[in-house]
Amino acid sequence: MSEQLGSWKPAPLLPRDRSRDFALHFVVATLVFLACLAAIGGLAADRAAQGWSRAIRGEATVQVRPRVGESGAAAAARAAEALAGVRGVAEAAALEREKAETLLKPWLGDTPLDDLPIPHLVAVRLDPAAPATAADLRRALSRAGVDASVDDHGRWLKDVEAAAAGVRLAALALAALMTAAAGAVIAFATRTGMAAAAGVVEVLHLSGARDDFIAGLFQVRYARLAAVAGLWGAGAAALAAAAFKLAGRSDGLTPALPLAWSDLLAVSPWPLVAATVAAVAARLTTMRLLRESA
Amino acid sequence: MSRKAAAPSVSPSARKAAVTEPVVRFDTVGMRYGRAPEVLKDVAFTLAPGSFHFLTGPSGAGKSSLLKLVYLAHRPSRGRVELFGHDTAQVPRRDQPWLRRRIGVVFQEFRLLDHLSAFDNAALPLRIAGGKPAAYRDDVAELLNWVGLGKRMHASPAALSGGEKQRLAIARAVVNRPELLIADEPTGNVDHEMALRILRLFIELNRLGTTVLIASHDRELVEASGMPVLALSEGRLKRQRAA
Repeated sequence: MSEQLGSWKPAPLLPRDRSRDFALHFVVATLVFLACLAAIGGLAADRAAQGWSRAIRGEATVQVRPRVGESGAAAAARAAEALAGVRGVAEAAALEREKAETLLKPWLGDTPLDDLPIPHLVAVRLDPAAPATAADLRRALSRAGVDASVDDHGRWLKDVEAAAAGVRLAALALAALMTAAAGAVIAFATRTGMAAAAGVVEVLHLSGARDDFIAGLFQVRYARLAAVAGLWGAGAAALAAAAFKLAGRSDGLTPALPLAWSDLLAVSPWPLVAATVAAVAARLTTMRLLRESA
Repeated sequence: MSRKAAAPSVSPSARKAAVTEPVVRFDTVGMRYGRAPEVLKDVAFTLAPGSFHFLTGPSGAGKSSLLKLVYLAHRPSRGRVELFGHDTAQVPRRDQPWLRRRIGVVFQEFRLLDHLSAFDNAALPLRIAGGKPAAYRDDVAELLNWVGLGKRMHASPAALSGGEKQRLAIARAVVNRPELLIADEPTGNVDHEMALRILRLFIELNRLGTTVLIASHDRELVEASGMPVLALSEGRLKRQRAA
């Protein structure tokens, strides 16, 4: 008997619909592609925000008000000297007038600045390992008898951190939205797939198949389809991210969104996520439809 | 939920206890589709274990509807249908598969799955019951050889003739040696010689203990069998004729 069967293997019990399967592959792959890009973008944005926060945290600016009869440059030099000895300060340097004028040029253009009261500033670079606080700097200035105000850029830091949290949340929401959309697409496909295979489902039932056996057929079919489509989508997203990285050389596409090669690993769980979502959506849909048809 | 826990009274382990029960019992059964008039009216009969009956009647008499009640494709509008001692109206949906696995059905329109080969179609009930391919492949091949489809095992049902489809449908119905075999016009598309051969197969299964109920127009076959007849007319069981 076995010779007649050769290398026979049981065929899938659900009929294939190649045109619909192709469309479904494409939609799921696209959703996974977008979800992967959102994940990679979120990682890069997070890294950028961390870089900006580090830079802001690592600096402070001191505006000096000279004593009567004292030049601004002398007051700034005194402040810089006082601050240089504070623990947690890597460097403190008075900003020369020419440098301050250069900083103002984008706002004031080529207007002569000789008569303008340009603030006397001290740029402070803090020790990144154990930065001095604004209070430390104020105490040191007070001890040295320098009338000055300290700006530790905390206001900007809050803004940057809020923006970074927003970007992270947006990336997470996008990925969740794509996942939900993939689930909805699979549920819809299961519904139409069951309608198309109604005759098959009826024969399976009348041959003694349990509801969960039939649900299992749809579950495995759509989980497999989503896993394959997910691989395509994740692969395409990894390639796109690699292209962005290479196009922007060391910083990625733009310095504002620095990509790391390790960010590409963010695509790796998505085929599994797509398969899991598809399996759950297909099973829930099939069981519900079978119960409704009873 | 395990099979035994889910349906202790329907599971194979409980079959022996119910062996004296009628396999099928209809008690003043009525059936209608939607709001249409009843297609079955006050039908009452029993099929004892190991019995063999023909179900006859003109087209539209309600033969197929009666069979649908037996293989749980429909529920009666009134009355009581018992299967293996269980009131079918009381069997929960999750337990119906265990009852259906005790029944082999040859549908009038075959209901073969065109995307599967003849072999896979014949093996379907075994596969659904959880059988391993290695365990059933030789048995299925032997059965297909017996019904004359040994050289058509890999063919799609769409490529089979009407008679071949009929034989394949019969092979699928009997492959798991059901306790009850229901056939709706099983010889409608085969020549007389094949009809007699199929009848001999049914009689052989009956001798092995399978209860058989066959709906047929083929008077010659019914007469040749000498088996009891349930005659339906306009939805009513007109007579129960013994052999």
